[in-house]
Amino acid sequence: MSSSFFLDGKAIPFKEGQTVLQAAMSAGHYIPHLCWRPELEPHSSCRLCTVIISGKPFSSCTQPAMEGQNVECDTPELKAMRRAVTQLLFVEGNHYCPSCEESGGCKLQATAYYLGMQDNHFPHQFPVRVRDSSHPLVNLDRDRCIRCETCVRASRELDGKNVFAIHGRGIRSKLAVNSPTGLLKDSGISPEDMAVKLCPTGALTVKRVGFEFPIGQRIFDQESIATLELREYANQEAVHG
Amino acid sequence: MTPIANMQLETAIHPEGLRRTVIEPITRVEGHGKITLLMDEQNHVKQARLHIVEFRGFEKFIQGRPYWEIPVLVQRLCGICPVSHHLAAAKAMDMLVGARTLTPTAEKLRRLLHYGQTLQSHALHFFHLASPDLLFGYDAEVATRNIIGVIQAHPGIAVQGVMLRKYGQEVIRVLSGKRVHGNFAIPGGVNKGFTKEDCNYLKKDLDQVIKWSQSAVEIARGLYTGNLEENASFGAFRSNFLSLAAPDGSFELYDGKLRATDADGGRIFDQVDYANYLRHIHEEVKSWSYMKFPFIVALGNDAGWYRVGPLARINNAERMPTPLAEEARKRFAAMGEGGPVHATMAYHWARMIEMLYAAEAIRELLDDPDIYGKDLLIQGERALEGVGVIEAPRGTLFHHYVVDENDAVVKANLIVATTNNNTAMNSAVREVAAHYLDGKELTEGLLNHIEVAIRAYDPCLSCATHALGKMPLEVELLDAQGRQVHRLIRNADGSCEEG
Repeated sequence: MSSSFFLDGKAIPFKEGQTVLQAAMSAGHYIPHLCWRPELEPHSSCRLCTVIISGKPFSSCTQPAMEGQNVECDTPELKAMRRAVTQLLFVEGNHYCPSCEESGGCKLQATAYYLGMQDNHFPHQFPVRVRDSSHPLVNLDRDRCIRCETCVRASRELDGKNVFAIHGRGIRSKLAVNSPTGLLKDSGISPEDMAVKLCPTGALTVKRVGFEFPIGQRIFDQESIATLELREYANQEAVHG
Repeated sequence: MTPIANMQLETAIHPEGLRRTVIEPITRVEGHGKITLLMDEQNHVKQARLHIVEFRGFEKFIQGRPYWEIPVLVQRLCGICPVSHHLAAAKAMDMLVGARTLTPTAEKLRRLLHYGQTLQSHALHFFHLASPDLLFGYDAEVATRNIIGVIQAHPGIAVQGVMLRKYGQEVIRVLSGKRVHGNFAIPGGVNKGFTKEDCNYLKKDLDQVIKWSQSAVEIARGLYTGNLEENASFGAFRSNFLSLAAPDGSFELYDGKLRATDADGGRIFDQVDYANYLRHIHEEVKSWSYMKFPFIVALGNDAGWYRVGPLARINNAERMPTPLAEEARKRFAAMGEGGPVHATMAYHWARMIEMLYAAEAIRELLDDPDIYGKDLLIQGERALEGVGVIEAPRGTLFHHYVVDENDAVVKANLIVATTNNNTAMNSAVREVAAHYLDGKELTEGLLNHIEVAIRAYDPCLSCATHALGKMPLEVELLDAQGRQVHRLIRNADGSCEEG
């Protein structure tokens, strides 16, 4: 008999070593997330996947699934919290969706739609961030960076390159490039790197191909982020078990 | 009114003690502007100005952005004619990626998008914005002088306008994914092909659209000729005209070369490659407007100002490429008796001829097998500078960009149709103010006469103000008795001096 826990009252089976998020995704229950990727070690920084277990908040991407525990996920309070966290991500950066080439393919934008975000609510911070277009093939637009460290981890864990790091603290932290000049052109980045492919926003993009997909044929014109993520996770499990 | 008398009303010699009347905001135009009148005790007009008081600054804040983002970014200049900015920027980006000639499919689909845009914008202007003045009279009751009044009194005309605009918007939606602010043109071509289903959908209503467009030409012609004497003189003045023209001198909206004609119809220049526009067009800045004043270099800033838009294009065209529009153009041209038509109010008639052309041109393109091609993109040798010029609904639109070796925009210059018409609109304001308002007690109806003259140019004020740090300013500190204590002047080159 397999182990299980309860997610909003529904029994969710899990395997030994799975986190709450992994088990929920395996069972077809989407929990919003931006910094979590199945290919990478969990990071627990975006806090979107927060759930309540025994009255306390936990990041479901790092919390091990445990037999019989009661997990609250889709409560009005948690939905409001996730919406507020997403709003904060928008106002802490400079996200201009109308002219962004990732619009329609951006996970931050898709998550905002999924969560029913209607406005930014909080005052815009308008941080001054330096764009790095020095590389001939890859563009780094820090205005769009949400500091989820997906590129940092992907570069280390999947590309074996260690191109990126976060420096500074708190709201002043920013994405840095590990190169002698601090510029992308002097790093080992390549457009095929997973660090580029996995960026959930338009912070890291391949140059000169923007807007190649017309409206109606972009990723999130076809399906919601929940459907996409669940399908991709199921495919991944089918391949890797 | 002589040209000198007209110009004298730009700046009053002794503004002190004059009474100031402000029309703000100017209504039924896109964007925010105001008109100021300075009048003496006998209500004689001493100064009349059109001020564009909003500031957009696109030329500045697109600096640093990657070039492929620009056609999508700059279309946010406007909600009425975003396609014009989208295409003008895309044409400039074509030069950057070395795509001097697009594939036939890409060019024809861009043209289709542009004609849809021209159709919807012209319908919007004539029916929604201008027709209340034309149908009810310039000083009709203000409560009915609006689109709701048109719907109530002339429901057939109102429906025609709404449906014409809807059709143009549908052309845009089918191609770019959205009626407003979609994306379609990318550097070197377009991002989406065209299908038989798209074609069948757009052909369904096209015959009716062409009939409505023909009827619109007749409405505009009837309104103009029905009160010929007043319409021919209302806000009228002689001017130069600038537009694109096809190599054979015929009407052209999407591409072609620059043609400028003088007030008698003589050529100032012709078939000028628009990439060299800076050799022929310069811009002047004045301290009282955020909008610049372009002029033809060879004639200087006093005599070199010109008009653009429907009146300029129809005057400059030797023929229209489609039969119904050509027939309409000939009737229009007859009004000029061998020379250009100069009447400000003739803009509406010319605009409807263009709308008819757009509808006919859409039909020709929908019958062209090239639109189903799969070859959508082309690229060549990269360049660091690109210029795109297009005939936007309101007139000739210049987009000029310089990028660095990292693909980021470092410099941008936008000369928007409304900017090109800046001096002309001010001349029309002064003309109407002097003729209709001088010496009279001002009423709402009289003030609307000035707005009528401006509306004829269909200005898009929010498109037109982008220069940052170039405007000369004059700051005066006065004491309680109105005596000048201190004066500081910032010149157009950025230098400051104490006056």
